[in-house]
Amino acid sequence: MADQTSLPPTVSLRGVGHRFGDVQALDELTFDVPARRITVLLGPNGAGKTTAIRSITGALSPKAGDISVFGTDPRGEGDQVRPRCGVVSAKPALYDRLSGYDNLLYSAQLYDVPAAGLRQKIVAAAERFGIADALDHQVGGYSTGMKTRLALSRSTLHDPDLLLFDEPTSGLDPESSQAVLDLIREMTNDGKTVVMCTHLLAEAEGLADHIVVMEAGHALCTGTPDELTERYLPAAMVVLDAEAPDQLDRLAHMTGVIGYDRTDVARIELDGFGRVPDLVLSLARDGVRLTRVEPHVPTLEDLYFAVRRERTELLAGRPLPTLDTPDPQGFGRANARSAGVSTTETVGAGHEEVSA
Amino acid sequence: MNWKRMWIVARTDLKQLAQAKDYWVPMVALGALFFLVVPAILLLTITKIGNVEIVNQISNTLKVLPKAAQSQIRGTSPEGKTSFALAVFLFAPVAVVVPLTISTAVGAATIVGERERGTGEFLAHSPASAREIYLGKLIASLVPGYLTTIVGFGLYSVLVNVIAGPEVGGWFFPTAQWWILMFWVIPPFLAFTLSLVLRLSARVKSTAAAQQASGLVSLPLIMIAYGQSSGALFGAQVSGFYVGLVAWVIAIVSLSRGVRSVTRARLLGVANEV
Repeated sequence: MADQTSLPPTVSLRGVGHRFGDVQALDELTFDVPARRITVLLGPNGAGKTTAIRSITGALSPKAGDISVFGTDPRGEGDQVRPRCGVVSAKPALYDRLSGYDNLLYSAQLYDVPAAGLRQKIVAAAERFGIADALDHQVGGYSTGMKTRLALSRSTLHDPDLLLFDEPTSGLDPESSQAVLDLIREMTNDGKTVVMCTHLLAEAEGLADHIVVMEAGHALCTGTPDELTERYLPAAMVVLDAEAPDQLDRLAHMTGVIGYDRTDVARIELDGFGRVPDLVLSLARDGVRLTRVEPHVPTLEDLYFAVRRERTELLAGRPLPTLDTPDPQGFGRANARSAGVSTTETVGAGHEEVSA
Repeated sequence: MNWKRMWIVARTDLKQLAQAKDYWVPMVALGALFFLVVPAILLLTITKIGNVEIVNQISNTLKVLPKAAQSQIRGTSPEGKTSFALAVFLFAPVAVVVPLTISTAVGAATIVGERERGTGEFLAHSPASAREIYLGKLIASLVPGYLTTIVGFGLYSVLVNVIAGPEVGGWFFPTAQWWILMFWVIPPFLAFTLSLVLRLSARVKSTAAAQQASGLVSLPLIMIAYGQSSGALFGAQVSGFYVGLVAWVIAIVSLSRGVRSVTRARLLGVANEV
């Protein structure tokens, strides 16, 4: 595979703004979508994720800002952009009265898929997503999972370079969701660029190569999961438990411990994982019988809430460090405290070499 | 403008209509009622039952027809003349009411329906241009009404000739005016009405609202079309031609303006864009 970092971004949004009446749907939205990667737009309902997707294909034309998709502006040259995009919207957007085959045929014809061997292409696309057996049935009789699979088949039928998935697992059971996510991962192996919107942190976990956290039409932060973790959750975090948990409270005063919280278990934040052996030894000397010592690998959920908390702080007027100068004190933790949120939500930052 | 894409949009919409029994069964029933059942009852009453009172009533009505129309009436007996006038002049509005009613019902739901089902999102992201979508939808709305009318017209022709032909001296229908009416006057009226209905369908928020609004728009148009088509039949052939010509000009202007009503934002149902 080519060096992906050398490729220009497939999508680039700069200061994009769009209003729906009184609602500012996109507000100075800025982010890039790296080529041949999965970019996840993460944010609560109403964050502007769907509007961003619609702006990328030119289905909506924001008045403000610059948009570049494959090097062209979809607002003026949408006819060059849309044929290269495959979209799965939150509702599968299928024609219930038509058969699965006819739905795919309609899309193939609109996207100018050559007529030669079209039937084979349709069947192959359906087989890839495990829906070939139901192609002759009316879509109105499909389950939600079948509809999603058909919508995914439709989005890939014309072999697009950019796939845009808006909450593709919405309404699916966990097994079907996982299958869909696996299929999405497969697509990047084929060299496709994927943009996926979700408000479900669990489904973005492990799938995202690049993350854009959005809120109120604005990108709060963008980067790879590792970059964002280093930026927002730099502290080493460890979970401890003991036969007498209250004895763990002494950890709060020990050297190297920069954060402490105990609810069901104790969670500490350290200035480095190198402190762990000394802390364990010290506790043992004090007669504390430890039952658990475990580095905490930060999840996307940890990261997401850390970013959201930073936003809260920013709105409250607290000066924040820039992205280029990470807060050595551990931003997520500091903000969690000042915002009155339990640090149990932000424990994290285990580095792989320490965890191992 | 990609004509192929326009046909694909139209064909797919028509395919969906064909799958919807709840739509086309009433459509066929309406056509059958207006083109077959009612004319058959009236013509049989006049020619076979020989109800003198009805024949006299209709004969009196014929006196109010323009002279040009009266001079066209054929038939050797009062029953023959009456059935000729009934078949040629008095059923003309049927040819207008049926296509406008059917096509308006389809057209009203066509764009707002895409939005309600969520399929507007698919079209908005697709390579099809707003113009291709608009014209595709227009054709898909026009075809069911017009096709029903043409088929109904064919069956009506056979029915009229079989029942009233012997009284008139042989097969006489369709007359030249009816050919002009069916293929020159009705299509632009239909296109003009649909251009308005599609604009409404693009702008309103629900199919129910679209159907109500379309009813308000199409009713006066049906009345106008009724009057004009009757005039086209009553007058000389050239008057039918001019009525159609004016209708075509109005329809083309309205269609070209109507294209602007379909936007991707409206297909998406974005709040302030609708």
